[in-house]
Amino acid sequence: MTLFKRARRFCSRARFSLPGCGLLLAGLLLSGCARHEPPADITIINAAEPESLDPAIITGQPELRVVQGLFEGLTRLDPKTARAIPGMAERWKISPDGLVYTFHLRTNLVWSTGEPITADDVVYSWIRALNPATASDYAGQLYYLKNAENFNTGKIKDPSLVGVRALDPFTVRAELNHPTAFFLDLCAFPTLYIVPRQTIEKYGDHWLMVRPLPSNGPYELVTWRLNDKIRLKKNPRYWDATNTQSEIIDLLPVGSAITSLNLYQSGQADVVWDKNLVPVDLLDVLLKRPDFHTFDFLATYFVRLNVTHKPFDDPRVRRALALAVDKERIVKKITRAGERTTSHLVPDGTANYSSTTGLDYNPELAKKLLAEAGYPGGKGFPRFNYVFDAAVGGASQLHENVAIELQQMWRDTLGIEMELRPMEWKTYLGAQAHLDYDTTRSSWVGDYNDPMTFLGMFTSEDGNNRTGWKNKNYDTLIQAANEQPDLAARAKIFQQAETLLVRDEVPVIPLFFYVGINYFDTNKIAGIYPNILDIHPLQTIKRIKN
Amino acid sequence: MYFLKRLAFAIPLLLVISALAFGLMRLVPGGPFDRERAPASPEIERNQKAKYHLDEPLWKQYARYLRDLAHGDFGVSLKYRNHTVNDIIAQGLPVSMLLGGLAFCFAMGVGLPVGFFTAARRGGWPDHLGSFLAMLAVCVPGLVIAPLLILIFSIKLKLLPVALWDSPWHMILPVIALGLYFAGKVARLTREGMLHAMQSEFVTAARAKGLGENRLLFKHAFRIAVLPVVSYSGPMLADLLTGSFIVENIFQIPGIGVFLVNSVTNRDYTMMLGLSLLYAVLLIGLNLLVDFAYTWLDPRVKYE
Repeated sequence: MTLFKRARRFCSRARFSLPGCGLLLAGLLLSGCARHEPPADITIINAAEPESLDPAIITGQPELRVVQGLFEGLTRLDPKTARAIPGMAERWKISPDGLVYTFHLRTNLVWSTGEPITADDVVYSWIRALNPATASDYAGQLYYLKNAENFNTGKIKDPSLVGVRALDPFTVRAELNHPTAFFLDLCAFPTLYIVPRQTIEKYGDHWLMVRPLPSNGPYELVTWRLNDKIRLKKNPRYWDATNTQSEIIDLLPVGSAITSLNLYQSGQADVVWDKNLVPVDLLDVLLKRPDFHTFDFLATYFVRLNVTHKPFDDPRVRRALALAVDKERIVKKITRAGERTTSHLVPDGTANYSSTTGLDYNPELAKKLLAEAGYPGGKGFPRFNYVFDAAVGGASQLHENVAIELQQMWRDTLGIEMELRPMEWKTYLGAQAHLDYDTTRSSWVGDYNDPMTFLGMFTSEDGNNRTGWKNKNYDTLIQAANEQPDLAARAKIFQQAETLLVRDEVPVIPLFFYVGINYFDTNKIAGIYPNILDIHPLQTIKRIKN
Repeated sequence: MYFLKRLAFAIPLLLVISALAFGLMRLVPGGPFDRERAPASPEIERNQKAKYHLDEPLWKQYARYLRDLAHGDFGVSLKYRNHTVNDIIAQGLPVSMLLGGLAFCFAMGVGLPVGFFTAARRGGWPDHLGSFLAMLAVCVPGLVIAPLLILIFSIKLKLLPVALWDSPWHMILPVIALGLYFAGKVARLTREGMLHAMQSEFVTAARAKGLGENRLLFKHAFRIAVLPVVSYSGPMLADLLTGSFIVENIFQIPGIGVFLVNSVTNRDYTMMLGLSLLYAVLLIGLNLLVDFAYTWLDPRVKYE
């Protein structure tokens, strides 16, 4: 074709292509001008987009990791041990009966915008979290205070009756209902963080949109673009600012495991710190690499049994099911990240406690118990379901694979037929809440480092019970433990309760303890330490310069 | 006149859509505040519902929603409780539109010439090659193409970024991943249209009168051949907007597609309603535009 013809052809086609190209160019130019930000010191992939940055209403891990950088409570967590150390409060006194805590605030505390922080702000923040109008999911974390539950449930309307008071501008007194071994840990939990009263009173629900946002934590909020990036920069007015290691930290809300891995490999991200962001199919290969770190995590994977459905109302049946599960097979074949199998609910390494053993794998005993219950060899045992949450790919594939193994084990050892029932996430939650299942997969992540967060939920009236199991002895034991100021005696009572739970009555079958996984190059990044709560304060993270 | 009628009809249509969406959403079991951890007391859940008026009777909630809508307020997201749906749309829609717009340009810019060329050189090897590639583009889903592109261009050749949406370089792979399917579709439609146009009477007449082949192809046949593509543009733009979810997910692009899909799992009622209405408005508007373009291109077409 001649050049002339080619040119003519181009001009004729211009009716469509030219405006098209014009749009393209304009678009490119526009967006090219959009962002020229300096690079961050550290880029962390933080899994999901935070639902909120309001410490009083957040509940999830991704939210917690960001909020921890912006706000602080009376105590904060040590990056290595995850135990409570002084935060906004520099010291405290606990009364001998364990019911009264007197906190002494540092006298030089200011918000990043300059206003001073006093004891009134602490009282304001805690009352706000308890205020029904705030609609805080985790208000229950404060129920250990006198009258807190009454105020939150509307039984009393006067906040000054709640057991927290400012004695003077730098002293806060907290009065508890009963001795609480983990109260100092709770003070480091976001629901108890101190929030800027001056901003909230002025802007109401929109207070987080105000810039500059006052913060009392090691970092200030620079940008918050949904599904794009959260940028934090060092807060020079933080009381411990001299120890904040990095100037600018970016947190990216990436949901896909593969994309996270790609971003990490291509150097666009330095740290990926969520277990769900490890591609399950590549687990065997990835865990051999030095930059992939696994650590014990305060979470348990277990099966719930609905004791209101026959034949699961018979403890012998439940025990038989527990004895027939070969947990080693599950962690070796399915999960493969080095999880530890368990016969008890509370993870090993939990503070103030050491568990007793429950029911280990014993197929012969399992068969015997099932026969005793009236179903020898599984004959006459009704078909039952196993409800679990299914999602497209990723870590949820795990639940289905575990279900298949359980189905196989129970069929081979006991001769009973289990039917898999996958459900969409919220439908699955609903099924559990309404006891609309026979058996179901479950997991629980500890809120704080104490056995109470695991054992407390199986009391008769707890909303997290979800098995229909109501046992007066268990309730009495838990209550007695909570009233016991001596830690050793308290641990003994908890052991009795746990034995009743996992060895005698068995409304739940614990399978294994979760393993946390994060990945970063230890030659490049320092300051992230493995701890059982998987909490890594942002201020200690730094890039190693050589 | 016709188009004014169409516009007037759009308002009751949107009302019906909003009522349907509202009703269907509430039929689904589960609510926005259902979590794995039950709150410490039932009052907490009651407080949450009260704060967002979810404890009122349904008709009252719907009336309240319509009243806010009249003021342009889509409400607060029930999942991202510090953001209004308006905020989220303002942040995400420009990104999705840019992605969709660029993919549209890519589809047209690649599809039209390929379709044209394969028709002009019908029977020869360019035709076979072009048609085969177009078929491939239509059959291989974006879910496969996107990772393939990332593997080749980002990981092996290290030419382009692996994900995110920070600079023009970041846009290239997502646009191709999203637009390739449509490029194939457009190519096939153009080819069919061209072949059909080249058979028509007025082309035969013009050829008989001695008009040059090239001029014939471009000025006359092409203008008619492109009509099926124009009609397809309406649904294509709709697909581009809604289908961006997969590409946005893989490349972690802060567009609106991810919010629409996740709002269902989250039972985020305000987000679901707001985005459904937004999409409805966009689709109605775009289809109207396409029909208008049709009359402009083909003078034989007239609407009642």
